[in-house]
Amino acid sequence: MTDRTLAPPSTSTSTTRAPRTAPAVPARRASAFSEHRMSFLTWLYLYASLFLVAAVVLLPLITTALGGFKTLGDLRVHPFGLPGEWQWANYTDILLSARYWQMLGNSFLIATLTVALTLAVAAMAAFTFAHVTFFGSAFLLNYFLIGLMFPVATAILPLFIRIRDLGLLDTYWGVVLPQVAFGLGMSILLFRRFFQNVPKELFDAAFVDGCGYLGYFWHITLPLSRPILATVGIVAFVGSWNSYLLPLILLNSDAKYPWPLGIMVYQGEYASSWQLILAFITLTILPTIIVFFAAQKHIVAGLTAGAVKG
Amino acid sequence: MSSTMTAASTGRRMGIQGKWPVLILFLPPALLLFTLFVILPMGEAAWYSFYDWNGYGLPEKFIGFKNFETLWRTSAFTTALGNNFLIILVSILIQLPLALWLATMVSNRIPGAVVFRLIFFMPYVLADVAAGLIWRFVYDGDYGLFAAIASMFNVASPYVLADRHLAIYAVLAVIVWKYFGFHMMLFIAGLQNIDKSYYEAAEIDGASRWQRFRNITLPLLAPTIRLSVFFSVVGSLQLFDMIMPLTGGGPSNSTQTMVTFLYSYGITRMKVGFGSAIGVVLFIICVTLAFGYRRIFMRHD
Repeated sequence: MTDRTLAPPSTSTSTTRAPRTAPAVPARRASAFSEHRMSFLTWLYLYASLFLVAAVVLLPLITTALGGFKTLGDLRVHPFGLPGEWQWANYTDILLSARYWQMLGNSFLIATLTVALTLAVAAMAAFTFAHVTFFGSAFLLNYFLIGLMFPVATAILPLFIRIRDLGLLDTYWGVVLPQVAFGLGMSILLFRRFFQNVPKELFDAAFVDGCGYLGYFWHITLPLSRPILATVGIVAFVGSWNSYLLPLILLNSDAKYPWPLGIMVYQGEYASSWQLILAFITLTILPTIIVFFAAQKHIVAGLTAGAVKG
Repeated sequence: MSSTMTAASTGRRMGIQGKWPVLILFLPPALLLFTLFVILPMGEAAWYSFYDWNGYGLPEKFIGFKNFETLWRTSAFTTALGNNFLIILVSILIQLPLALWLATMVSNRIPGAVVFRLIFFMPYVLADVAAGLIWRFVYDGDYGLFAAIASMFNVASPYVLADRHLAIYAVLAVIVWKYFGFHMMLFIAGLQNIDKSYYEAAEIDGASRWQRFRNITLPLLAPTIRLSVFFSVVGSLQLFDMIMPLTGGGPSNSTQTMVTFLYSYGITRMKVGFGSAIGVVLFIICVTLAFGYRRIFMRHD
């Protein structure tokens, strides 16, 4: 807000002063000042740096994807460059195998359950913290925020024993429940902040119309909260989709492994058949990359906002 | 004015009546989950850490602080601590300046800025495990890119990940590769909050590009920089997924971090007491850092 109101006076000073110092240059709009005055050298430096970094980022990814099309011998002789003969079979064999789809299916199921449960449980708790005044509210909120301070790893062994004693070892829920629990602190914080910014007048109006807390939550808060539901959902989904440590410890049958575990098993089995491993890696990260480019705005905003606002 | 007042007071009165159903329905699920799977395990870790226990039956063999003593005497643990510290150092000295430098370039509206941003951010979205495996291939001395580069220059191909002096640096490079884009996005968000008129005023006063960066960008970006450092520290302390496919903590424990050490010494050997002691040390470090950091650096934010 402030930069909008501050901008006009400074723009006018720059237009009045500019002609005096550099008469040949016509007065230009303020927002354009840095991009138009760029000399060729600056331009070169800028793009050379950007392309260099982009190459370092992309090269491993591209060689991985291309490597999956090669034979092992081809890969050994030239890992860079296009395959001599495109080995489509490397990819199609994996795509036609049950294990690939099972892995992705497991990951998807675990991630979906995690998101659904996180959204439901965290939104409800955050709603009470944002709108209901009750004894011990501040204390309870701080209790949840303890969860922000340490990673799952600190309590992993007792967690394993607890899940074992509950009979949840090697079940999807055994992975989902701790994941949700450890994400609660951040999710509640994000939800509460959003709920508090819903205009108070809505709350009052709803109560006058005879709407209780439950009705208010269902009919007003939730429909207004789509952006924050998306943010928390994305953070939870990406976290679960990529998670490795919890499933590694809490699952022990191959049939239930999510893809990060499955890919490690696969790598162990085909130890030095790099071409197959590369094809497998490519196919497992493909969904992530497709979704990332399709919904990049939401994902970047979700992942950075989730981090910043905490 | 008076109508909103009455509305508010009615709301409050009705709120008191309708309060209990909400509290009874909405709070317990979160409380139960959180207590059962976060707080209790943490408390139990503190309890188990004083026992020699394999996880079956009840912990009965009380051994006092012996687990902690063993921990300090295990050289792999001190290596792990050192590596965690090294990761934080590299994050601050290399990754942060790199991220900030790129952020200043792509936060302008230059052609292609959005594409570059996405490319730089992409590794962050990939799973650590996938990134680790990809780089295991890159570093591979027989098939990987390093082998190809070495043969291009006619030198013996290096086995980077098998060399216990080099492996940790190879791991550090992957960490920077994967995480700089995330920090860059933080900085872009920070840069966009800086009032453009400062730059215009400075430019009129004849400030050079470096002076503008030094005297406007850096001070106004201080909160974001602190945030970035905070994430580096937190990320370092829980680093595990990426190490496993790259080196698994080896060769000869040279790339262990706290969590990989916990995994290979506590979990795979089912030493619940010892593993819990590692967890407790990690917990103490995390909490001390969180409070200390907040105290010292985040007072003004």
